[in-house]
Amino acid sequence: MERKVVIPGEVIAEGEDYLPGENTEKRDGKIVSLRYGLAEEQNNLVKVIALSGVYAPRRGNIVVGKVENITQNGWIIDIGTAESAFLSINEVPRYVNKDAMEEVFDIDDMIIAKIWSIGKRGIDLSIKSRDLGRIDNGMIFKINPNTVPRVIGREGSMIKIIKDGTGCNIDVAQNGFVIIEGENVDDEVFAKKVIDKITEKPFVSGLTERVTKFLEENKK
Amino acid sequence: MSEKFKRSDGRAIDELRPVEARVGVVPNADGSAMYRSGDTIAIAAVYGPKKMHPQHQQDPSRGQLRCDYNMLSFSVSERIKPGKNRRAMEISEITKWALEPVLLLDKYPNQVIDVFIDIIQADAGTRCAGINAASLALAHAGVPMKNMVSSIAVGKLDKTLVVDLTKEEEDYEEGEGPTDIPISMTHDGKITHMQLDGKINAEQLKEAVDLAKGACEKIYEIQKKALKDAVDFGGEEK
Repeated sequence: MERKVVIPGEVIAEGEDYLPGENTEKRDGKIVSLRYGLAEEQNNLVKVIALSGVYAPRRGNIVVGKVENITQNGWIIDIGTAESAFLSINEVPRYVNKDAMEEVFDIDDMIIAKIWSIGKRGIDLSIKSRDLGRIDNGMIFKINPNTVPRVIGREGSMIKIIKDGTGCNIDVAQNGFVIIEGENVDDEVFAKKVIDKITEKPFVSGLTERVTKFLEENKK
Repeated sequence: MSEKFKRSDGRAIDELRPVEARVGVVPNADGSAMYRSGDTIAIAAVYGPKKMHPQHQQDPSRGQLRCDYNMLSFSVSERIKPGKNRRAMEISEITKWALEPVLLLDKYPNQVIDVFIDIIQADAGTRCAGINAASLALAHAGVPMKNMVSSIAVGKLDKTLVVDLTKEEEDYEEGEGPTDIPISMTHDGKITHMQLDGKINAEQLKEAVDLAKGACEKIYEIQKKALKDAVDFGGEEK
């Protein structure tokens, strides 16, 4: 089945062969969409991929957030979701002096972390991995979280093209933050321009070719 | 029904005014839509789901919907005082009731979805235009919902039922005078909202609902097209 845009309540597939996946429901033997998005079918499992809306946190996502508050045993981090996220000191892979927690992460610091669990109590973060922790250098800006898969590309193909083309190191967090670290500010601004080009029209065909062309044309 | 009945703008009794719908008109909102029916234009913007403030209004069992209907001061021929009034508050609540049944809000405990509806130009049927725009904007914001909601005002002018009244028709004075019946329903024909201002007998009310069903079907197609056209594939998508 070809990918197509569906609206809430629209019948995507009919018949007993199909199973309802993400954002769909079975109603009288029909698979019905529950949200606006792209319908996709794989091994008879029908699902709808979101095209719009606020960021929905998921386990394992890499996110960028701002330290909102410091508590007894961790930090409250704003990652752009309705629920604030929590980073416990147990999830920081080094010694933390409880009397001087602001020395590790102070209020308003930007950190990059991984969503470790999502429960009734809220979102728990962890920085027990390589490349996670406080962001000290580079440029940071926000894009629409729904365009993140487009910026990264299939198995990171798109982001690799941009990294190679601009000479910058780029990190894209699932909640829509982009961190660009380059040799100089001009390179960083150029990389931002390329990413803005993608997020402007994220669903056009031949996006890779367009980006490659844009990189070649605008390179100094 | 009398076949002789002539509407001032020459429309058939079940004919809508020229309708236009578009989504994504407010870039800063999480979802937005414009809905125009003749000279009535409504803009809806959706923000959220986000944390409910004030905190004492939070509901830990499910999310909430908050609607705000507002007519801009220049939307009518005589300037209206901007801000909340009795009528705007009633319509805000009505809009909420019309949309809440289709939304799946149990996934968003302690959260709220804000819908702001602004009428930038009014020529009767503003609550219906507002509901249509809000339904589009909610879908555009990616809020999970069972179905779309379409809304239309059916009117009774003297003894004739007509669809989608204009202000001129709403002020019809002859015979039994005007009766205004705004109806909102889902695509599968379930009514989520119905109001009645005037007099009508049970027989004719059933007819009015049938007329609304036909009109809502047309509006649904327009809403569907607006949402589908909003994704720019620029040819074939890969």
